[in-house]
Amino acid sequence: MRRRRFILMVATLWMAALAAILLVTRGSTHWWTSVASRPVIGQPFHLAAARTGGFVDSRDLVGKPYGVFFGFTHCPEVCPTTLFEMSTAFGELKDEAKDFRLFFITVDPERDKPEILKDYLSNFDARIEGLVPTLDELPDLARSFRVVYEKVPSSDGGYTMNHTALVFLFDKQGEFKSSISFGEDPDVRLKKLRLIIIE
Amino acid sequence: MKLFKEICFATALTFAALVAPAPEAGAHEIKAGNLVIHHPWARQPMKMSEVAAGFMQIENKGTEDDRLIKATAEITPTVQIHEMKMEGDVMKMQELPDGLVIPAGKTVELKPKSFHIMFMGLKSKLMEGEEIKGTLVFEKAGTVEIDYEVTNPDAGMN
Repeated sequence: MRRRRFILMVATLWMAALAAILLVTRGSTHWWTSVASRPVIGQPFHLAAARTGGFVDSRDLVGKPYGVFFGFTHCPEVCPTTLFEMSTAFGELKDEAKDFRLFFITVDPERDKPEILKDYLSNFDARIEGLVPTLDELPDLARSFRVVYEKVPSSDGGYTMNHTALVFLFDKQGEFKSSISFGEDPDVRLKKLRLIIIE
Repeated sequence: MKLFKEICFATALTFAALVAPAPEAGAHEIKAGNLVIHHPWARQPMKMSEVAAGFMQIENKGTEDDRLIKATAEITPTVQIHEMKMEGDVMKMQELPDGLVIPAGKTVELKPKSFHIMFMGLKSKLMEGEEIKGTLVFEKAGTVEIDYEVTNPDAGMN
């Protein structure tokens, strides 16, 4: 009888201790989600490559970190500036970034045919590859990157485009790690690139 | 005495040269009524890019607001007054259908990442060192002829 009471008491104490641990950790550290807490950005892609021809498949990129930026060639400011700044960063990283690729995915496939994009990108570092989704592929692809884009009609009957201007960085396993904002401090940009390369 | 005067004059000249601000490379200004337009410029467009953006500062020395309502250029029929802004991480660019107000006594800056004159549908290649001839049309100051200096493609970046 005594023994049973003792076991009961120990069991109760254990339960209380467990409950206390659960309460404390739940409230603060979210230990049960820590493994998967990074947002899932992007999805596997298989897209026409403007510069090298053929296609780029994200599954072939395992072992190589890469970046993704959405833009269009009729973009006067954000796109050339971003591509220029990234080219500068690649120049500074030299061989450190020799296996790194930046994919410039057009949000304007109607005008940005692969041959146009190829010529346009010749302005920039060779590590920047242009990818051209079809009009059907684009919406899902952009949504998976949480990228927004929209056509804005202009008075001449043409259009320009609004779009998200982040560079998304993926590690060697193809997992989203961080992003570079438009106008990011050049040192921070380099640090983020180095981190993704050495990881 | 004459020598003394000459020395004084030379010293004054030296000081004047030191104090006067060095002129910005290629800086030029155009006056039109109460408006002074400072240094219109545009980046050489990237290869295959059919667009270029024009920048300048427009100073209104008058006591009344003016408004930039139209821009033209010899190189393309499609020239618009645009605003670019970042909303979070989204770049938004739009035509300003009502133009751009130049408040009395103020200077409005057309610059990268902000207001700009947008040249669209460029068919001929624009090179650094060339100029874009065009006009700006203001509500009060009327039509003003200006020329944009074309700079290197990455001017003002970074």
